[in-house]
Amino acid sequence: MALSFLIWLPLLFGICAWLSEKKYSGLGNWITLISLIGLLIFTLYLGNSGSSSLSWQWFARFNIHFALLFDGLSLLLISLTIALAILAVLVSWNDIEKHRGFFHFNLMFSVAGIIGVFLAADLFLFFLFWEVMLLPMTALILIWGHEGRRYAAFKFFIFTQVSSLLMLIAIIALALYHQNQTGQLSFNLGELQQLVIPDTMQFWLMLGFFIAFAVKLPMVPFHSWLPDAHTQAPTAGSVLLAGILLKTGAYGLIRIVLPLFPSATMEFAPVAVTLGVVSIIYGALMAYSQTDFKRLVAYSSISHMGFVLLALFSWNEVALQGAILTIVAHGISSAALFSMAGMIQHRIHSRELGNMGGMWKSAPKMATVTLIFVMAGIGMPGMANFNGELFTLLGSYQQFPVQTIVASLGIIGSAIYGLHLFQRAFQGPPNVDVVDLHMRELVFTSILVAALIYFGLQPHIVLELSSDTIGSLMQTARELRP
Amino acid sequence: MTVPIEHGFVLVALLWAIGLVGLLSRKNTLFMLMSMEIMLNAGALAFILAGSLWQQADGQVIYILILSIAAAEVGLGLALLIRLRQHIGDLDIDKLDEMKG
Amino acid sequence: MQNLLVLVPLLPLLSSLILLLLAGRLSPLLVALLGVGSMGLAAILTLLIGIEFIGLGGESFQQVLFNWLPIAGAPINFGLHLDQLSLVMMSVITGVGWMIHWYAAAYMFEDKDVQRFFVYMNLFVFAMLMLVLGDSLVLLYLGWEGVGLCSFLLIGFWQHKADNVVASKKAFIVTRVGDTAMMIGLLILFSEYGSLHINTIVESTTHVSQSNLWLACILLVGGAVGKSAQLPLQTWLPDAMAGPTPVSALIHAATMVTAGVYLIARMHPLFLQVEGILNLVAWIGVLTLVLAGVAALAQSDIKRILAYSTMSQIGYMFLGLGALAFDAAIFHLMTHAFFKALLFLTAGSIILKMHHQQDIFKMGGLFRSLPLTSTFLLIGLLALVAFPGSSGFFSKEAILAATYQAHTAGPTLWWIGVLGAFLTSLYSFRLLFIVCFGPANHDLKEADYKPTSQLVVPLLPLVTLAVIGGFISLDFSLVFGPANHPHLPLWIEWMPVAVALLGFILAWFLYFPRQSMQASSSVINNFCRDGLGFDWLYEQLFTKPLQLFARINKGDVIDHFYHFVGWFNFSLNEVLVISQNGKLRWYLFGTLAGCALMLGGLILWR
Repeated sequence: MALSFLIWLPLLFGICAWLSEKKYSGLGNWITLISLIGLLIFTLYLGNSGSSSLSWQWFARFNIHFALLFDGLSLLLISLTIALAILAVLVSWNDIEKHRGFFHFNLMFSVAGIIGVFLAADLFLFFLFWEVMLLPMTALILIWGHEGRRYAAFKFFIFTQVSSLLMLIAIIALALYHQNQTGQLSFNLGELQQLVIPDTMQFWLMLGFFIAFAVKLPMVPFHSWLPDAHTQAPTAGSVLLAGILLKTGAYGLIRIVLPLFPSATMEFAPVAVTLGVVSIIYGALMAYSQTDFKRLVAYSSISHMGFVLLALFSWNEVALQGAILTIVAHGISSAALFSMAGMIQHRIHSRELGNMGGMWKSAPKMATVTLIFVMAGIGMPGMANFNGELFTLLGSYQQFPVQTIVASLGIIGSAIYGLHLFQRAFQGPPNVDVVDLHMRELVFTSILVAALIYFGLQPHIVLELSSDTIGSLMQTARELRP
Repeated sequence: MTVPIEHGFVLVALLWAIGLVGLLSRKNTLFMLMSMEIMLNAGALAFILAGSLWQQADGQVIYILILSIAAAEVGLGLALLIRLRQHIGDLDIDKLDEMKG
Repeated sequence: MQNLLVLVPLLPLLSSLILLLLAGRLSPLLVALLGVGSMGLAAILTLLIGIEFIGLGGESFQQVLFNWLPIAGAPINFGLHLDQLSLVMMSVITGVGWMIHWYAAAYMFEDKDVQRFFVYMNLFVFAMLMLVLGDSLVLLYLGWEGVGLCSFLLIGFWQHKADNVVASKKAFIVTRVGDTAMMIGLLILFSEYGSLHINTIVESTTHVSQSNLWLACILLVGGAVGKSAQLPLQTWLPDAMAGPTPVSALIHAATMVTAGVYLIARMHPLFLQVEGILNLVAWIGVLTLVLAGVAALAQSDIKRILAYSTMSQIGYMFLGLGALAFDAAIFHLMTHAFFKALLFLTAGSIILKMHHQQDIFKMGGLFRSLPLTSTFLLIGLLALVAFPGSSGFFSKEAILAATYQAHTAGPTLWWIGVLGAFLTSLYSFRLLFIVCFGPANHDLKEADYKPTSQLVVPLLPLVTLAVIGGFISLDFSLVFGPANHPHLPLWIEWMPVAVALLGFILAWFLYFPRQSMQASSSVINNFCRDGLGFDWLYEQLFTKPLQLFARINKGDVIDHFYHFVGWFNFSLNEVLVISQNGKLRWYLFGTLAGCALMLGGLILWR
């Protein structure tokens, strides 16, 4: 019962914020902020008492339940979602001019959808939330985005829709197969995991899901929507998009594809791993080519998520640990970089690197935190992203040495685009003067820096929370691969 | 001498075809209505013939039904025609193409 | 006392953090006190720990701080490992580092960014100490990357100048190439040994295939080569001179660039198991040695001469490693830290006096104007050319002697090493003669000449050590095994000295300024001055293609496919919309034609 509050409460507060903005301008910000902080505390409280689950009858005819499952991995990702949503609100505190209430409603709606994705234990419900989280995000881009927002919003919407259509077909086929085997339709993840599916069918089903998650991840060659969506979205939208929306793709792979179709994924692994490596390298190369700050960071996200794909399909315990670490670390670091981009854009009304230059002189605090974020992103040890990269490479080398070696070249690539970004913006002869960080901005960037260093030195909590999921995956692997 | 029933159906087919061709090739809405009348009557004739074939009164009953439907339709059609004439000053059906594209 | 080991890296780290958080609020004096004081404390602590350590017989000492990375099956701790090797490294870093920090406080005193400077310098020392004290390869890698970061920040310290920005980027990226090689080496080692803990790997009895081990070792060498600016990753070091001179002294002479030497020394048990790799290391050392020596002869910037000199001397260290004389290599690392730091800081004093003029051809006659500084320069250079009795003499002799005898090196390499000694002498005395003798090519007044005491005092220990440091006997018996002192024919032992003398005489004839000297502008000179073409080569091979790709593919070629899909749909729409002409008769016709076709089809197929 209490679990479902995690989904209803954001919606409720979103509506409150929407309505209250009409009466008192600016109240919406506070309502959203306080409700999110409360929600975070509530999540941690729920998580403290261990895993829990929920299952209500919904469409009895098709045996669809409103089933939620809250284990360590869900706790981790939901906490990350809410934390990033808080960041999004704080970053765009003064940014939004028109339709403020509706903005907050969309933000909370999106948060509710994402939380739903991380909780759903019934595939139909999962699909529902998958679509639901997409709509308010599209609205965010379309209404409050920048100059190319229509193109970006449409592209984002169509890409995700087409891929989730394939996922829907796979879900229905899976349910029907379950009916075929046991006489009853089922969409429940737990029940479907008991099924033994023949190899060819498993392969096609896996592919249906894989393409949906690969578009979300994103994986080259399905990544095209990301640069436009991230660049044109308002800062809050970019923070949520890069920080958590991409992770729903990884989550889907961990929760659905890997446990349900183990032998198909192992068979497909060489292809997936190679595509992951291509994402890493191509993402890094493309990032270097960009002259738009946000677009560069967007391509760097593609590069980092390539590591996640590499890790997941290696079916190695250390690599899986690395995948989870990368998910958390990248969520924090890319959200941080997008916040910086938003702050800069708010000040100089441009995202072009050519319009920046030598900003360290006028904004040393901003420069220092951006330096820390860039260094985190390029894998400086002592910060969270390095742990993810290290674990991933260590683990996937055991299975796919050649691809891992090529993936390691991403280390050089990330240095190239990271330095390019930082130096063009902040070093060199002063080109433009900017106002340094306000107190509010200093507070949340410091928290982000602290988080990155904390998870860099003490990643234990992340790994403990996800140890059950990783453990059961490795158990499956051991059965298939003695 | 009884006329073979096939001749009747051939007549029906011919009448129907004439009506169709008239419908398709005419631009004036009034003539299109007239052609549709011919098609309707051809259909009605088919029912008469069928009734005669099965020696039942149902064919004739349906004929009456069709006739009344045709009359209603003509009434509506002519009303629309008048409004059309008032609207565009002409009965050319090709002029009604605002739903294009 | 040994338990206080953690304080040695911690003190500089804390100082760095305090200076960062209180940015802009501390007076320059307080900044200097904090920045230099933390180093001083660390150095004293190192001394005390060292005394206790040696007193206890030199047994290695571990101190685990906390659990760091819970890698499944092989968790890594944040742990410190103190043995004879890391003690020597630590002493050099904190001792020489302290002197350099002291000097830097005076050198940078009027710079308005002095607080930021000490943040970076102290952070650097922390990272370097983690590098040498780390008990696992991951912690070593943390230090490795950390020093790379600080080097980047310090080279580009005066960041309003575009040239400095480019130099710092170059340094970071070239060393990153090495770092990536090292990372891949780590992957192989983890895969083979199941752990990244140094002792576990080094003492392991697991049988590893020669090819895998060779691959891992050569990748580690790749990392070392990057950090230590050896062939083929040496191009960043000369440009790194863009940073303030104390930075060049600390990072690019005494400490960071020796990290590669430390890595190979630390992992030497692995290297000993692989056929041929140490020979390769020796060759890399010796080739870099000669290349750098030649390049140094063509430079006219005093710091660039010293940079190439550093590159050359590290080549000697690599040669020592390759010749199985690990203790000699580390000994040379230590003495080199003494005299190279002395040289750089002296150069710094000269540059300050010359109002940031670094061209040696615009100096001249400084023996008269700056006698004390010139004397220090002379002492440093004498140590560099291995003048008998100086610290450099003992260490260089040890390396060359070992090279002659080692089965992984041998006489060929020895001869090339001797050639290197000749070149060292040649460029050193060239520097000395052009800077200190001859007519003054500058226009400074007498009043500018007196050096500030703060700039002299820290140099005194370095001068002393450069002279007598050779008599410090280092005991590496528990790390490298018992030292062997090869007995060689006398002519072999004294050849390097003879050759150095030859260099002195040749330099006298070529470079002693009888009238104003000018930089040569011949083609050969320019080629050597520009790093013997390596910069040009790398630019053609890597930089230009990358930039070309960036220009061409900015719009993302894959996106074109999706644009095509969009375009296709719109074009299809434009074609199909023709049939939507709004004319009722067309629609009717279409309907009927369709019906007719369907009926016909049905009838025909029945």
